[in-house]
Amino acid sequence: MMNYIWVGLVVISVVCGALTGTISDVLDSVFAFAGTAVEIAFGLIGVMAFFCGLMNVMEKAGLCEKLGRLISPLMRKLFPEIPPDHPANSAMALYFAANILGIGNAATPFGLKAMAELQKLNPTKDIATNAQCMLMAISTTSITLIPVTVMALRSAVQVEGAAEIIAPVIIATTVSTVTGVVCTLIFQNMKRWKWENVIEEEMAADTLQLNENYEGTNPIVLPEKVEKTEKAEEQKDDAAKQQ
Amino acid sequence: MTAILETISVWAIPLLIAFVALYALYKKVPVYSTFTEGAKQGFHTSIMIIPYLTAMLCSIGMFRASGAMDYVTQLLAPITELIGLPAEVLPMGIMRSFSGGAAEGLMADLLATHGTQSQIGRIASVALGSTETTFYVIAVYFGAVGLSKTRHCVAAGLLGDLASLVAAAVIVNLMWF
Repeated sequence: MMNYIWVGLVVISVVCGALTGTISDVLDSVFAFAGTAVEIAFGLIGVMAFFCGLMNVMEKAGLCEKLGRLISPLMRKLFPEIPPDHPANSAMALYFAANILGIGNAATPFGLKAMAELQKLNPTKDIATNAQCMLMAISTTSITLIPVTVMALRSAVQVEGAAEIIAPVIIATTVSTVTGVVCTLIFQNMKRWKWENVIEEEMAADTLQLNENYEGTNPIVLPEKVEKTEKAEEQKDDAAKQQ
Repeated sequence: MTAILETISVWAIPLLIAFVALYALYKKVPVYSTFTEGAKQGFHTSIMIIPYLTAMLCSIGMFRASGAMDYVTQLLAPITELIGLPAEVLPMGIMRSFSGGAAEGLMADLLATHGTQSQIGRIASVALGSTETTFYVIAVYFGAVGLSKTRHCVAAGLLGDLASLVAAAVIVNLMWF
């Protein structure tokens, strides 16, 4: 993907430069921007180092756990399928807390742990559950209070007003996260994406892969097994009703 | 409104620094050494992005110098103007969903060219800071547990990215322009 974009940019520039007679400007910009790139990167070292230092203090002081406990009631609303005492809850709370505080390098391991815990509650091997999609909706739209990289990049160009974007970022990221969450809530009940429909489709196509490490209480029963006893059939119906 | 938001921007970090420092001391964390240890990580992160910044800044610099960027922005302007978004920001907005490093490179270029406190510079900053690299995040987390059927994840993530871009334009225009 990036290959095509990058090659496209470079080739179009040379062709366009040749056609419009700006090829010498194109040449100059290669050298000028190669220098600018390093200047910017060096310019942001200080700010990045400072905030990574601060984030490390936050993490070691246990602020993540504290914030995680604060937001757990809200999480129960967003993840109704997850049993309240399941370890997925605490992993996700820590993940969101680390994201809010901007502790990127701590957030990733928490996020991976949260996803692995959610996978234990996924009756299938390769189809994302509603909870997993909700976790992704919140991650991809980001929830952050301090946009460290953006501030560092801004301060590398001009120190004055580098932090002026904090309040607008908090509003914009709230808008994007709410949009992502609302879209997820709507999409997960649409015909095309609804969990039960996806499972049915996969079953019909005989491509459904079950999760051998499933730990939940509501496993999917494959049709062959159902035919063996009527009891299993009934269980499956009950399960469908419960869902 | 602008005054309140600017006050929040100015006070957020100093208060956070003071609070974290005091709280950590209260929790008996060796604050100074913990800070310097974390700062080392920041140094590595900055050096790590040099290759990406160079690749993106040089190619986008060539693209602009050749005049191709002018054609693209002229083409896009009628669409983006509907929400008060300068067309120059759109390439970065699109790249945001695919590659964080490339989007950062594009923003660095916008900041260096138009200034950090210009309309373009501010909108680009807010848009970049308010969302994540959708495709990367989904690839990392779903890849880690072997999920390949993502259902509505990509659609929701991309709509979230679009919302952040629109919100960035609206908020920055309301606050400053």
